[in-house]
Amino acid sequence: MPTLRFNMALLQISEPGLSTAPHQHRLAVGIDLGTTNSLVATVRNGISVVLNDEHGRAMLPSVVRYAPDGRAAVGESAQAAQSDDPVNTIVSAKRFMGRGLADIGDTSRLPYRFVEVPASGETGQGGMVQLRTVAGAKSPVEVSAEILKVLRARAEAALGGELVGAVITVPAYFDDAQRQATKDAAKLAGLNVLRLLNEPTAAAIAYGLDNASEGVYAVYDLGGGTFDISILRLSRGVFEVLSANGDSALGGDDFDQRIHCWLLEKNQLSALSPQDTRLLLTLARAAKEQLTEHEEARITAVLSSGEVIDNVLTQDEFESLSKNLIQRTLQPLRRALRDAKLSVADVKGVVMVGGATRMPQVQHAVGEFFGQTPLTNLDPDKVVALGAAIQANLLAGNRSSDEWLLLDVIPLSLGLETMGALVEKIIPRNSTIPTARAQEFTTYKDGQTAMSLHVVQGERELVGDCRSLAKFELRGIPAMVAGAARIRVTFQVDADGLLNVAAREMGSGIEAAIVVKPSYGLSDAEITRMLQDSTQYAQEDMQARALREHQVEANQLLEAVGHALEQDGMLLEAEQRTRIETQMRVLRDTLQLADQRELKRAIAALNETTVSFAQARMDKSVSQALAGKNISDLEVK
Amino acid sequence: MTHGFDSPKNHFQLFGIVQSYQLDKAQLELAFRALQAQVHPDKSAHLSDSEQRIAMQRSTLVNEAYQTLRSPIRRARYLLSLQGVDTQEETNTAMPLEFLMAQMEWREAVADAQQARDADALGQLEARMKDETGELEAMLAIKMDSEHDYAVAAGLVRKLRFMEKLAEEIDSAYDELDL
Repeated sequence: MPTLRFNMALLQISEPGLSTAPHQHRLAVGIDLGTTNSLVATVRNGISVVLNDEHGRAMLPSVVRYAPDGRAAVGESAQAAQSDDPVNTIVSAKRFMGRGLADIGDTSRLPYRFVEVPASGETGQGGMVQLRTVAGAKSPVEVSAEILKVLRARAEAALGGELVGAVITVPAYFDDAQRQATKDAAKLAGLNVLRLLNEPTAAAIAYGLDNASEGVYAVYDLGGGTFDISILRLSRGVFEVLSANGDSALGGDDFDQRIHCWLLEKNQLSALSPQDTRLLLTLARAAKEQLTEHEEARITAVLSSGEVIDNVLTQDEFESLSKNLIQRTLQPLRRALRDAKLSVADVKGVVMVGGATRMPQVQHAVGEFFGQTPLTNLDPDKVVALGAAIQANLLAGNRSSDEWLLLDVIPLSLGLETMGALVEKIIPRNSTIPTARAQEFTTYKDGQTAMSLHVVQGERELVGDCRSLAKFELRGIPAMVAGAARIRVTFQVDADGLLNVAAREMGSGIEAAIVVKPSYGLSDAEITRMLQDSTQYAQEDMQARALREHQVEANQLLEAVGHALEQDGMLLEAEQRTRIETQMRVLRDTLQLADQRELKRAIAALNETTVSFAQARMDKSVSQALAGKNISDLEVK
Repeated sequence: MTHGFDSPKNHFQLFGIVQSYQLDKAQLELAFRALQAQVHPDKSAHLSDSEQRIAMQRSTLVNEAYQTLRSPIRRARYLLSLQGVDTQEETNTAMPLEFLMAQMEWREAVADAQQARDADALGQLEARMKDETGELEAMLAIKMDSEHDYAVAAGLVRKLRFMEKLAEEIDSAYDELDL
């Protein structure tokens, strides 16, 4: 049971904003959308539990097989077919999220037919890669959405109702394009995303609450396709991420690849068919897993040519094969510690997350680096989903006896391209989110009326070495002499770690507000198209569904505002109160009309009318938190 | 009301702490956490869009204010700007010759250590850099809080900016060693 306490005196004061009615449990889940396996968990009776499928299996293999009729099989059945139908059976789609063809590198060892996609925005580069299947070209976002749909259905069946929302986990080192792709996939699966949560942070919540931990912890998370290291300080109910680092293209899959290459070399094989490639990769993974508890693993196979493979791989050999992969995890480790301004001696515990940390050589290397035995008392495959469920329960507004605060960071610096293809950093890595930073730029030519901005993410000095997120243009700048215009560019990173950029010419007030649609992302039109393609939605009447969603939202909003008026009505002037009550009446009347557009408008209007009230309520709770007390009395107990 | 969001005049008021260069870090941290516990977007994830937007804006402001006050150089720069003093870090290049010479030597030493892939040498340079930064900060405290000599304080901020850049170079040298 969670045992952390966070300053109860402070928290017994009413929550800020419009509280929802008490005692109403809202169904929310945490989803670990993994490279190899995915899981869904929820909090039941105060305890976080993983939800199993009808066969009692917790893990859903992140494998999707497309049939000619467009239908998708997900999980075990798809996995079983991966050697027979490798081209239409997508495994490890997470590695392609928000990635262009150039990012993927050597595609010859992968059994897919990749499609290079032109960029959706004005950027000159290619867009997110797609995979050609019998059911047409599929974006990794669509593949991920198929996995999420299965988990959503599993959760709704188990919990007996529609979900209010979900927390979806992402590798801490995911960049903006990868995060946005994950959020798009959730949207496509009909999930309301309460938050994108970093995987190591989710693990820290599960671990920290379970063990009532205090002090500095390192979370070493080696998943199927991604590696993260996060350094956190756990203190009196606050989980503060000090730094994050990693490699979003390094994971257990790479260890399989090493064994695969070793097999090719041993048997002097080249240019295998997709079927044989998948077969050997599957056997390589099985051998890797066997070597966790055995000294050696025997690999036998009959290839499509009739050639027989029979090799024995020992633990020592495997260790030397994978040595530099493990070395590649130690460099981000050193950087994360340096960014946190800490040394190995400051780290109280090391939490191991991800199935790949079961490999003995990984545990040895990490233990040696930190000079202590890593903690493995929570199942490394489940801990992320369990933590995500705990956070989802909190974000959905379900009250619990424990309250905690999570302060996470952005893993990679954000910047703009300046003269000479150099990067001007605007928001440095490891900034606590949400965060915003504004910077002023000017024109360099007389009479210049437009300016193009190129947003990049990464640590390197040259634009070409960083990830291009978006390009956009600010037009209509009044003609002035060079250097006279003042263009203020504001970067805002939200609590999901997603970036929004806005630009404004200060003299004229001309504004270009841009939602950063990453170069590797999907346009709204594409998402709409995918939604329509999606078989689940084709069967449903989209309009009816949208109407139902808005009705639910309207009722929740009315209830919340009503509750807020009851609690804090005295904060309002009579006239303000009348305006709010009028909008409430309008919304109630509109509910009767069953017109989705009108309803959306009325919801927006009520939301708008309550802005200053919400501010006043938040101020009141903040003031109560601090007022009348010497700040030093605010000891967090 | 001297703190909270009822139009706080400055970051110090936001956290309800005394406006001075020297501050109690533990106290700042407590106030920061108490405020974030109220305004963080996680607290209003289940509420209306307008509330989520307000929460993001406020939480952003609290983070920004905290980062400003927590860093000695940013705190000094901010305090000086409240006094109407511009630190002129971009424009005023009239640094004492001796200081500039020392900076050149530092840079060369860092480059040499990186070239020689000598992590120990880099570590020693880092320790010396930290000592020197600490001395500048101690001087800054006197000029800011006791003598209120803001012109001299602005000069110290400019020197600290050099030290900050040096720290960045040491960091990237470490990164290079790691490759």
